[in-house]
Amino acid sequence: MDYNQERAQSWRADLRSAMKAKERTDLSRVHMPELDPEYRSHTRLEEVNRGLTPEMAMAEARRCIDCANPTCMDGCPVSIYIPKFVKQIEIGDFLGAAKTLKETSALPAVCGRVCPQEKQCEANCIHVKMKKEAVAIGHLERFAADYERESGNISVPEVAAPNHIKIAVVGSGPAGLSFAGDMAKMGYEVTVFEALHQIGGVLKYGIPEFRLPNAIVDVEIENLKLMGVNFITNCIIGKTISIDDLKSDGFEGVFVASGAGLPRFMDIRGENLVGVMSSNEYLTRVNLMDAANPDSDTPVLIGKHVAVIGGGNTAMDSVRTAKRLGATRAMIIYRRSEEEMPARLEEVKHAKEEGIEFMTLRNPVKYIGNEQGRVTHVVLQVMELGTPDASGRRSPVEVPGATETIEVDEVVVSVGVSPNPLIPQSVTGLEVTKWGTILVNNESMQTHIPMIFAGGDIVRGGATVILAMGDGRKAAASMDSWIQNRKNS
Amino acid sequence: MNKIISKEYFSANVVKFEVEAPLIAKSRKAGHFVMVKVGEKGERIPLTIADADIRRGTITLVVQKAGVSSTRLCALNEGDFITDLVGPLGKATHIENFGTVVCACGGVGTAPMLPIVNALKAAGNRVITIIAARTRELIILEEQMKEYSDELIVMTDDGSYGTKGLVTNGVESVIKREKVNMCVTIGPAVMMKFVSILTKKYDIPTVASLNTIMVDGTGMCGACRVSVGGKTKFVCVDGPEFDAHEVDFDEMLMRLGGYRDIEREELEKLECASGAGKR
Ligand SMILES: Cc1cc2nc3c(=O)[nH]c(=O)nc-3n(C[C@H](O)[C@H](O)[C@H](O)COP(=O)(O)OP(=O)(O)OC[C@H]3O[C@@H](n4cnc5c(N)ncnc54)[C@H](O)[C@@H]3O)c2cc1C
Ligand SMILES: Cc1cc2nc3c(=O)[nH]c(=O)nc-3n(C[C@H](O)[C@H](O)[C@H](O)COP(=O)(O)OP(=O)(O)OC[C@H]3O[C@@H](n4cnc5c(N)ncnc54)[C@H](O)[C@@H]3O)c2cc1C
Ligand code: SF4
Ligand code: SF4
Ligand code: FES
Repeated sequence: MDYNQERAQSWRADLRSAMKAKERTDLSRVHMPELDPEYRSHTRLEEVNRGLTPEMAMAEARRCIDCANPTCMDGCPVSIYIPKFVKQIEIGDFLGAAKTLKETSALPAVCGRVCPQEKQCEANCIHVKMKKEAVAIGHLERFAADYERESGNISVPEVAAPNHIKIAVVGSGPAGLSFAGDMAKMGYEVTVFEALHQIGGVLKYGIPEFRLPNAIVDVEIENLKLMGVNFITNCIIGKTISIDDLKSDGFEGVFVASGAGLPRFMDIRGENLVGVMSSNEYLTRVNLMDAANPDSDTPVLIGKHVAVIGGGNTAMDSVRTAKRLGATRAMIIYRRSEEEMPARLEEVKHAKEEGIEFMTLRNPVKYIGNEQGRVTHVVLQVMELGTPDASGRRSPVEVPGATETIEVDEVVVSVGVSPNPLIPQSVTGLEVTKWGTILVNNESMQTHIPMIFAGGDIVRGGATVILAMGDGRKAAASMDSWIQNRKNS
Repeated sequence: MNKIISKEYFSANVVKFEVEAPLIAKSRKAGHFVMVKVGEKGERIPLTIADADIRRGTITLVVQKAGVSSTRLCALNEGDFITDLVGPLGKATHIENFGTVVCACGGVGTAPMLPIVNALKAAGNRVITIIAARTRELIILEEQMKEYSDELIVMTDDGSYGTKGLVTNGVESVIKREKVNMCVTIGPAVMMKFVSILTKKYDIPTVASLNTIMVDGTGMCGACRVSVGGKTKFVCVDGPEFDAHEVDFDEMLMRLGGYRDIEREELEKLECASGAGKR
């Protein structure tokens, strides 16, 4: 059934005529219940957003006018059938809504929480064109997925009869997980290899519990296990076993989803002082190793004056973690202005409520340490926005002679990541770009080595969960047809 | 989960384990290390793969008790399981027939030196190994080193055993005595620093295997970074071995001390609980 036919179904037509579009757009957006900022800035494990109640979700769903041309869908990288699932929520068919979501997204409970909606689906909602607040698509998506999970009615997708074709997945982040799910559904024998001791990639070691509880990711992983996906942790492809080994073990296809795990530094004076670290190190200690828990053997420095360099999601996660671990001053230092910050809008808002200081148009130029080599100060160059360049973007330029020195005892550098070089280095013949990302056919996600497909951050550089997930699904479909073609020819 | 096949004490504080890890046994080379984690809340620590038996599918680890995590590991027994073990990591040692090689080790560096001494000898080098420690009780692996080396020199600071003096005195005595083509040093950063200063004076190429603090061991965090020739390098993926004359040892010393206070507290907690390795 195509979208128009579906939209013409009586339940949707009736719903549309039950309330005028103008009345719907006049409704104001339902607010997501949140933990009190003062309370939550001391609790590391409790999720900030509490989720909508069924009544709230239905009220919010009412705002959507079920557009004939749902532009919101153009903003979603995996084209979730948004009006349909929203209308299902409006009539109280929450499980149906969850099912609609799962037709296109493998991880709706995750994406509903972490997608930059204000730049994707919600940015394209018709409400925005009418100068109204967008329909809270992300919150509704999270609601439906949570409802299904909490109802105990979570449906384990049907799996086709086993075809005994062995497929390997390198990395267990969102790209690898969604790929594994789709391949398992088609009857393939899927094994996911993960370098770390935990499954989930950035969803586990990067994004903190107060934003994405581990339990939610674990449910998805359990589901995959129920579908027959095999997980092997502590196994590094390219080190513990090579792709050639996989081939001789009978694996017929490999999907590389090894992420962008390499932290970038700025190469400025004092960056190797004690107390200066990458956000990967900081978040890995706290999230993966649970270092702030007194029972954990892994130590973490607890800073009082913490500066986090950068303006992305990783920077927000780091600075909010520092606050929760007891920092009296937790600061974001960003070289552009707040408008250019790549972080999700909601994270910036939450951070501000929690008392995070935003020092924008500032760029660190050096760190100063004491005799023990511990960082004590950071020197900041004051910046201003210059005239727009060819792309129309105003880039930051130094204000000559204007510097500031502030006291810090911990610095988290969060200025981006590079692709993990392990696989490109260990597979001869794999083509990479000058940024170190793996080169694939954009349609099929296939590399120059036919049996190897790739997706997620290893192909895109640092991107998003939904894009990684979409790549996984695309790769699964095209690997399947590649394998079937080969078998049939 | 990796099963411990055998456990042997080299001394009260040094334990040799044979651990089931067939894939790693097959792919490892001298100089590679593994990351080991004991218990759900354990820390990931790097340990050199001292030896491997492909047929039996085992690797050998030689562990010296230093703090909480190594103590927890040493408390495990034959038949127990190591919670997590991953590898082989790092770049393999560059082994060739250099001629005469001096291997200078001390403290926590003695265990990781063992496979290097073994590999150098197998490649046809004349290997002179120097083990140094503050005092007699701290000298470890003497028998094993003797077996693989052409000559073994033991040095103690207080003269309680072997020759009295620092490791550098030992290295210098060899350099003055015969032509040395190459030096390898592993141990406390201060020690490597002074060995490096000495061999630079005599223009002897020197490799230092750096034992920085690590978290993941796969190049993901940057905790292990050091400056080598003015550039930041990650020890776990770019190393652990580097041209010693290019390494900024003062910076490394400073970084190694980063968690000392927290670690001391943790160790006291562990000792108080007196249930080392129970988890
Ligand atoms: C702190 C932080 C916050 C973020 N917040 C958001 C957000 O709010 N919204 C959003 O959309 N995106 C966010 N992102 C980005 C998003 O998480 C990534 O784009 C996404 O996780 C990429 O997925 P992936 O599957 O490609 O790789 P990853 O999630 O990085 O997973 C790759 C996995 O592969 C493993 N691996 C690597 N090499 C090997 C090997 N050789 N053998 C075996 N395993 C290997 C790694 O250990 C890792 O587990 C955030 C990222 C970070 C770091
Ligand atoms: C590549 C590599 C290979 C290694 N191979 C071996 C090996 O084969 N056998 C072995 O016994 N040890 C080895 N080590 C050292 C071992 O990893 C450390 O002893 C261990 O991490 C200490 O952890 P802990 O919790 O027991 O002690 P901690 O509580 O972390 O430390 C106790 C004391 O030891 C010092 N210390 C901590 N880490 C190191 C270190 N990396 N080097 C020097 N001093 C340190 C601390 O400053 C502190 O004073 C290796 C280290 C590296 C980086
Ligand atoms: S997956 Fe992300 S972009 Fe797509 S509809 Fe859901 S929240 Fe919006
Ligand atoms: S654009 Fe907005 S109002 Fe229209 S269908 Fe999408 S969510 Fe509903
Ligand atoms: S230990 Fe994390 S990068 Fe080396």
